[in-house]
Amino acid sequence: MITRRLIEAADNRGSIFLALLAAAIVIVPILHLAVPPTSAFHLGTSAVALWGKYLCYALLALSLDLVWGYCGILSLGHGAFFALGGYAMGMYLMRQIGTRGVYAHPILPDFMVFLNWKELPWFWYGFDMFWFAMLMVLLVPGLLAFVFGWFAFRSRVTGVYLSIITQALTYALMLGFFRNNFGFGGNNGLTDFKDILGFSVQSPYTRTVLFMLSAFALALGYIIARWVVTSKAGKVLIAVRDAESRTRFMGYRVENYKTFVFTLSACMAAVAGALYVPQVGIINPSEFTPANSIEMVIWVAVGGRGTLVGAALGAIIVNFAKSTFTTGFLAPYWLFALGGLFVVVTIFLPKGILGLLPQKSEDTSSSGAPAAQPAE
Amino acid sequence: MTRAELGSTRRWVFALLALLTAAVFSFEARAQGDAAAYAKALALFSNDSFNDTDTAISGIAASGHPLAAQIVGALQDGRLLFSAETKKVLIKETSGAIIDAGTGEKLASEPAGLSNVRLNNRLRRSVEAALGTLTLMSPDPVRRLEAANAVFKSRDAAALPAIEQAIQKESDARIKRVFSEARAAIILYGSTAKENEKIEAISIIRDRGDQEARGLLAAMPADQTPGVQRAQAEALKTIDNSLAAWAVAQNFWYGLSLGSVLLLAAIGLAITFGVMGVINMAHGEMVMLGAYTTFVVQEIIRTSAPWLFDYSLAIAIPLAFLVAALVGIAIERGVIRFLYGRPLETLLATWGISLILQQAVRTAFGPTNREVGAPHFMSGATQLAGLTITWNRLWIIVFAILIFGALLAALRYTTLGLQMRAVTQNRRMASAMAINTGRIDALTFALGSGIAGLAGVALSQIDNVSPNLGQGYIIDSFLVVVFGGVGNLWGTLVGALSLGIANKFLEPYAGAVLGKILLLVAVILFIQKRPRGLFALKGRAVEA
Amino acid sequence: MAMQERIDLGVAKPHDIAAASLLYLNGVHVSFDGFRAINNLSLWLAPGEMRAIIGPNGAGKTTMMDIITGKTRPDEGDVLFDNGSIDLTTKDEAAIASLGIGRKFQKPTVFEEHTAWDNVLLALKMKRTVLANLVWRSNSADSDRIEEILKTIGLSQYGKRQAGSLSHGQKQWLEIGMLIAQDPKLLLVDEPVAGMTDAETMTTADLLREIAQSHTVVVVEHDMEFVRRLGVKVTCLHEGSVLAEGSLDDVSNNERVIEVYLGR
Repeated sequence: MITRRLIEAADNRGSIFLALLAAAIVIVPILHLAVPPTSAFHLGTSAVALWGKYLCYALLALSLDLVWGYCGILSLGHGAFFALGGYAMGMYLMRQIGTRGVYAHPILPDFMVFLNWKELPWFWYGFDMFWFAMLMVLLVPGLLAFVFGWFAFRSRVTGVYLSIITQALTYALMLGFFRNNFGFGGNNGLTDFKDILGFSVQSPYTRTVLFMLSAFALALGYIIARWVVTSKAGKVLIAVRDAESRTRFMGYRVENYKTFVFTLSACMAAVAGALYVPQVGIINPSEFTPANSIEMVIWVAVGGRGTLVGAALGAIIVNFAKSTFTTGFLAPYWLFALGGLFVVVTIFLPKGILGLLPQKSEDTSSSGAPAAQPAE
Repeated sequence: MTRAELGSTRRWVFALLALLTAAVFSFEARAQGDAAAYAKALALFSNDSFNDTDTAISGIAASGHPLAAQIVGALQDGRLLFSAETKKVLIKETSGAIIDAGTGEKLASEPAGLSNVRLNNRLRRSVEAALGTLTLMSPDPVRRLEAANAVFKSRDAAALPAIEQAIQKESDARIKRVFSEARAAIILYGSTAKENEKIEAISIIRDRGDQEARGLLAAMPADQTPGVQRAQAEALKTIDNSLAAWAVAQNFWYGLSLGSVLLLAAIGLAITFGVMGVINMAHGEMVMLGAYTTFVVQEIIRTSAPWLFDYSLAIAIPLAFLVAALVGIAIERGVIRFLYGRPLETLLATWGISLILQQAVRTAFGPTNREVGAPHFMSGATQLAGLTITWNRLWIIVFAILIFGALLAALRYTTLGLQMRAVTQNRRMASAMAINTGRIDALTFALGSGIAGLAGVALSQIDNVSPNLGQGYIIDSFLVVVFGGVGNLWGTLVGALSLGIANKFLEPYAGAVLGKILLLVAVILFIQKRPRGLFALKGRAVEA
Repeated sequence: MAMQERIDLGVAKPHDIAAASLLYLNGVHVSFDGFRAINNLSLWLAPGEMRAIIGPNGAGKTTMMDIITGKTRPDEGDVLFDNGSIDLTTKDEAAIASLGIGRKFQKPTVFEEHTAWDNVLLALKMKRTVLANLVWRSNSADSDRIEEILKTIGLSQYGKRQAGSLSHGQKQWLEIGMLIAQDPKLLLVDEPVAGMTDAETMTTADLLREIAQSHTVVVVEHDMEFVRRLGVKVTCLHEGSVLAEGSLDDVSNNERVIEVYLGR
């Protein structure tokens, strides 16, 4: 019943959420571009970029909620998919620099010239084409998630075991991307981007468009995720989460459901990463650190897992708090706060902030309802 | 004492001993006829020509004259003087006194118009070789060995007669072998020896079989007879094979060492995971706390009781256990207790705790690495045939074995151990048998954390003590536990050792990072194959 | 007795028996770390038959269910289904379930967060693929069928109730309802009346008898009154093999069965 109620509630909450996103898509550009900088209502470049970043995090949290909240897969390696998406975008942006780099090499990015490389590695081919890069944004993390999931779920690796190997996955990728000869810029990653599709990444217009795209992607991600979780397949996912072997004994191929949702989620995370990179102007291997991936989980937990909207909300709240904390005199205490958040949320707020809200209305209506036709 | 000072002192002792040796030697063995050769050689120093000085050095060294070692020593220190006028050669002692090298008499005052006998790099090598030769007959076996090794390296043909003499007289088989090796080296690099001599020399060098022997053989002058060349090639191959074998052994040792570290880090985790089914993400921080406890203990000792320094680890061990165990109990009673049956949430909450602990330590001790010293008996290394074994690593292995054994015994023979095993296998049943599972959980957590603290003491000896210390081990520890299988200490042992050894064997081929990646991928694939690890519990009790 | 089974098989030609049975187990062995949970178990069921399996704790009843449903792989032996045409030991749980073997667990396992209605919907016989379930739309045929099943198990007015909030007995019935929805050829029902009141137990027996009219059913149960009420052929397991088989009276008068149960 809770689930059904949640889905119904998500309808209302979802409408509010989508409306807010739509409003942001309209209002932010106006505040940024049309309101003069002298006005109190003007939104600065950095604020637009910051909120754009939050929206990317929100999409990332949404993708994590899809697997964790609805299918019980606690991925501690979702940062890997986010970062891979980011790298694919970063590679496109690197190729766009062309001769404007420090070494002015027409093809090779600066770091390759610096490493004395003579030729572009094969896996960098095609990234000068936007459509190809965008394809890779989805394909590479999606394929990784598919292969990983196919193996892991088929062998019934579950619970903390799965969490740990997802963590090992992102850890292995981090080690790899830190290496210079991996061909992704090593330690420094990819940065110093110039333009995207011919528009300067620094220009306020590009930033505004990127913000709008982020909001749009979040909305789209939400709609897709909601479509999945409200479908009958979504009910199967919840069944898998709550009683996996029972679901299997009913004839459902649990591994297929898990692989499907894991891959879908990875693709969403990758899109978030791809939108994130041009807005923050850098992608480096630290995005792969396991700590990063665990931090994402707390966003979801704070907002309320299994609610989608809550996950997005949690990402924004936690990151807003983080930005506020880490820029002021409170900076040394941020990790105390974050650590405390993990403890407090898991013990006292298992359903997150959104879990608190509709609780009351549910209690009054949950029992004794006549057996009417269920909602379509 | 600085290294330079140490060097000069050593040279002095060296020279002094050489003097003694030479004196004894000349007294009993050398004929007086050498005196003429000595005088002749000595005179060459006054020619102020590098070539003549070179000849003089070998002449003096070969003369066996009582002053020979002193002269060569003085030459090395720039205290050998000559008078261009009188053609006399004089030794200026470090005390400032002047000795006539020809007669050995002390002069009342320093004559005017003296100059130093000059050296260039080539001559410096000759001097060293000569000093080496002169100590070949030292009564101190350590000196003799040193001298023999010096000759082996210099391959100075001039030392050949001395070496041959030394071989005759040497009674210590080990030193005698080095002497023969030195002789063989000289023969191989000289041009006078016959083919069969050279082949024999090659076989001696081959039997030495280390990296130096290989270098020596490989760099032999090219103009050799075909027979020698064949022997050389074969010997090189033999050495390469044996070196490869030793390299494998060395890798195995490194792997064992890494494995013992992993075992220390993982075993506490294995206990808590086995008994309580929860992953303690703050486990690495328990290790870190143990390391910092060691640091604090050493700081206190340093400031208030420096004579205790060699016992600092012995003092730190119980304290580290206690500190980590207490923090462990606090975590269990304060947080984990409320999350039983929700392993994923426990994972998150303990991660939060790990962040807090890291930041707390960072606030208290600063973010930088802290220096933890090694007690006397744990520093340095020893050579075991082709193996280099560092003491600290050896002690850590011993420590890991001790802890493993103690833990095994504790689980098998104590009541707590029995109850812990009962809870591991069937929590509800154990609870029904009046086992206070809450108490067992707290104690298990304390034990697991305490052992992590002990691991911290060990890790403080080989790793940087920083707030991030634990993070570096946590993923590896997880993999060990997951790989070995839960609820079985032997599984953890096998897991730790195989991961450690595999890691070190992959490193030479794939590099450290790539090796690690390969290993991670291998473990990930392994878990696919055996989701419950190597030594999984089986049966109906295990629910998916 | 295990020997006896072997000999019987020899006489009747195992092939013919397999070909005539819906479920056919022969010479099955399973051990866990040296403990032989199933020891040369042989058993067969004719299509349409209802069989009660009894036996003391540890007799291997649940492990037998695990083997049939693919949860546990036998170390050796044949497990054949559908007139001997399908080797169940090569299939996994989902595949076996799709072949038409449904299972009700000892401990009632329903999807607690879903409504009773959704529980039955998830069990309803239809395509199990991800794609089919993503695009599935509610339709009257399915709804009617769910209504019908809920009515059969007496849960009509609880359709919108969250399954977790149902009583123990209701959960048991819901699980049986889910089995019916699966419409399997063979139903494996593990201790369906454990923890039920007497009245509930009798209702359940009637329910199962009704189901047995159109399905092949295996019921594992301790409750002798319940087994008597079912009035079907009984197999008694002991230490992983068949100890006795026949009517309840025959089996309960069997000396070895008495010995095993009373520990003489």
